[in-house]
Amino acid sequence: MNSDQAKSGYTFTAESLRKKFRFSEFFAEKLITSVAFLSIAVIILIFFFVFRESLPAFKHRPKGTTEENRVSAGNKPESYGSNESAEALQKPETYTGAEPAAAVNKPETYGEVKDTSVSADEVNPDAKFRTSESPDSEGSLSSLFSNEWFPVSENPRYGLIPLFVGTLKVTLIAMLFAAPIAILAALFSSAFAPAWLREWIKPAIELLAGFPSVVIGFFALMVMATFFQNVFGYETRLNSFVGGAAMALAAIPIIFTITEDALTAVPRTYTEASLALGASKWQTAVFVILPAATPGIFAAVLLGIGRVFGETMIALMATGNAALSSLNPFESVRTLAATIGAEMAEVVFGDMHYGVLFLIGSILFIFNFTLNALAEFYVKVRLVRKIQGRGA
Amino acid sequence: MKEAKIVTRDLTLHYGLKMALNSINLHIPEKEVTAFIGPSGCGKSTFLRCLNRMNDLIPSVHIKGEILIDGLDIYQKKIDVVNLRKKIGMVFQKSNPFAKSIFENVAYGPKINGISDKKKLTEIVESSLKNAAIWDEVKDRMHDSALGLSGGQQQRLCIARTLAVEPEIILMDEPASALDPISTGKIEELIFELKKKYTIVIVTHNMQQAARVSDHTAFFYLGELIEFGKTRKIFTAPDIKQTEEYITGRFG
Amino acid sequence: MRLKNKIIGGAITTASALSVVLILAIIIIILVVTIIGGKDKLTWEFLTSFPADGMMKGGIFPAIYGTALLVIVMSIAAVPFGTITAIYLTEYAHEKSWIAQTIRFAVRTLATVPSIIFGLFGLGFFIKFVGVGMDNWFMGGQLRWAQPNLLWGSLTMALLTLPVVIVSVEEAIRTVPRELREASLALGATKWQTIKKVVIPGSISGIMTGTILAVGRGAGEVAPILFTGAAYYLATLPTSVSDQFMNLGYHIYVMSTQSSNVDQTLPIQFATTLVLLMLTFSLNLTAVLIRSRLRRRLK
Repeated sequence: MNSDQAKSGYTFTAESLRKKFRFSEFFAEKLITSVAFLSIAVIILIFFFVFRESLPAFKHRPKGTTEENRVSAGNKPESYGSNESAEALQKPETYTGAEPAAAVNKPETYGEVKDTSVSADEVNPDAKFRTSESPDSEGSLSSLFSNEWFPVSENPRYGLIPLFVGTLKVTLIAMLFAAPIAILAALFSSAFAPAWLREWIKPAIELLAGFPSVVIGFFALMVMATFFQNVFGYETRLNSFVGGAAMALAAIPIIFTITEDALTAVPRTYTEASLALGASKWQTAVFVILPAATPGIFAAVLLGIGRVFGETMIALMATGNAALSSLNPFESVRTLAATIGAEMAEVVFGDMHYGVLFLIGSILFIFNFTLNALAEFYVKVRLVRKIQGRGA
Repeated sequence: MKEAKIVTRDLTLHYGLKMALNSINLHIPEKEVTAFIGPSGCGKSTFLRCLNRMNDLIPSVHIKGEILIDGLDIYQKKIDVVNLRKKIGMVFQKSNPFAKSIFENVAYGPKINGISDKKKLTEIVESSLKNAAIWDEVKDRMHDSALGLSGGQQQRLCIARTLAVEPEIILMDEPASALDPISTGKIEELIFELKKKYTIVIVTHNMQQAARVSDHTAFFYLGELIEFGKTRKIFTAPDIKQTEEYITGRFG
Repeated sequence: MRLKNKIIGGAITTASALSVVLILAIIIIILVVTIIGGKDKLTWEFLTSFPADGMMKGGIFPAIYGTALLVIVMSIAAVPFGTITAIYLTEYAHEKSWIAQTIRFAVRTLATVPSIIFGLFGLGFFIKFVGVGMDNWFMGGQLRWAQPNLLWGSLTMALLTLPVVIVSVEEAIRTVPRELREASLALGATKWQTIKKVVIPGSISGIMTGTILAVGRGAGEVAPILFTGAAYYLATLPTSVSDQFMNLGYHIYVMSTQSSNVDQTLPIQFATTLVLLMLTFSLNLTAVLIRSRLRRRLK
């Protein structure tokens, strides 16, 4: 071969075709690859930082009887930071004056206290003395499982139970509205509607997904709350029912879109076979298409739940925000996400309340991550099984 | 037969586990037209795409054997594929001009080769368009979109675009299969002109076309090279029965 | 039997059709209610003047301005990063490789993370980690970056909208025909030259759609900026990325829930909602139209 190469007139020579190192090519590839890893990095960073900021919730030991313990747990008082003079005046027992050094360390407090109503109820002159004996005293992790969420009281209690109950209640109500409506609408769009109509329905419902949740929240606050109150005649204007119904509006486009995709992905052969056997259009839709698309619909509902579970603005505006563990749908509730949204602006960076809010964030994130992973896994595994089943 | 420009030795290609080409040995002569014929799926296009290493883009493809051009094995590790492709032009089945002006389409190759001098570019574009026999039709609308041309014009523009890079070998993958008879005729005339300067390999579905334009013909069937020889011989007195059956239209 | 079938069939068809009608009706009701509630207040003056009398009167110019700044800074961050990720997924990664699959999973996860979590992350990462670090390194410990501001709010929002950009651009890149890539490579172009000169120009409309959708999303989200940069009232417009900003969505939220006299400012609230809704609605409508044209091209 080398002797061939020696012949004159040959233009394809090893010399002219030697591999070249192209810096721009190399650089572009490396840069693009590293940028692509950003999404993974962000997920990891979210997990890391949200969890890291929730550590104060674990660090604080139960408030003991000794002065030393009191000091170590003493970050708490700054939640009534210096800009809340009115608040401080109401409660002569605040520690603000007692620990000026700690207060100076935390100048970052900003925003206004919004939940004076909740905390005001809790003002109790005896609180200071009770703390030392009370089993669910500040800083005790076990208070997370209590039934009382009073984060800015003299004797703060961070019971997550009412928040969980509230969140689950709203989620359930929202899904009871959203799932049937969205799935039926998807069924109509994919199985019953003529093609031209379908091309209008899909983008129209996608537009609903583009409505900002603050707009939906505002609509719920101004219109839906009044409307439902007139219809049902309940007392509390803002409650989990109104919040749930409003959140259904946010969940419907998600469930609809994914269900619709799942329904249209069912092979035409299925439909044709069914129709050829003499089944009617609706029988085909209900007994053939719908079952074949179950994994997709299941995933759609899971993602819908995830959307509602973490929804903040609608919850803040339409659920009433009272941390009650009641099962009555017409009572106010406070959801996990709304608690973060409402209270983060009033806490002192690094204190227990701050840590608990981040802990709630971690819980929301993990829950959502799990739902998403479950939806993906479920769809994938089921699809693989179906394909293999067909192949065998 | 003139000296062989391209020689393949035991070229075998797999798509994943499926064998698509089985031990192909072929001599493609310089500055002549070699046609590959055969029924669809016989491997002729796959083989063509091996010659400029276009199959490298498909991750599941595995190739064994050698392809020598001027005696140089182009599948060696140290070969620069980008420069290799500059010397081996390719014209595709479906005309695929870029969504740019006619001028920019032809100037694309020279530009990526680092030619930025406007005058030089204009010269290259003009001569390439002339050599592709389309200059007269487009000279007054060089800056219009290439997508406004007819199918036949687009295909000749694609040939001009290929010529602008100054290759030595031109691979054509059914270049006229989507064209009307008049456009096809123009392309065939063009091929006849081009072979004075270039080594041309053309895959075609159309046996009359192979008979008209080529000097040599290779007949592929089921991933194997069945017969290769002078076009006149293949079309009048093939040695192998399968070839005869295909030529006379009994299958394929 | 046959009659029963007919009844069930009719019921199902009707119920499903009614569901669609219901959803569309809700969309229209929201639009109509907002328009009726806000149209009288919505004047040129309202759009261009500052709030006055402790937010009881005046306009919403700072909120519009702040929202615009937010989405601009956000896009500057999200669009290039999203586009590059999409290019990686379509052009460089092998479809089945674990890296590509992990990135895709991360993108989908990112798309479903509740927006309040982004807010927490912005606070914990940008303000308390990056911001504190910047103050220590560049400001000599002086407080400048370790507090909510336009930059942190925008970057937080950019993370939220990143998946929107990635998905749109990826979809658009896939509509660039393989033949064009091959033509470019066959002419001796390198992979990066092909991407730069053929793939990116061919997916410009998708990059635009992605940007529009991201802007529409970013303009409407409030939760991520609750503690990373939005302010209820500022007497002056932000002049630097280290300033806080006002925001339409946040304005609506605060006015409708926190203000001392909700009823008196009702027209302002409706008009602000109308502005925000029109803004996001028109952006999304544009994106839907471009996208449906793109999909037709694909067919």
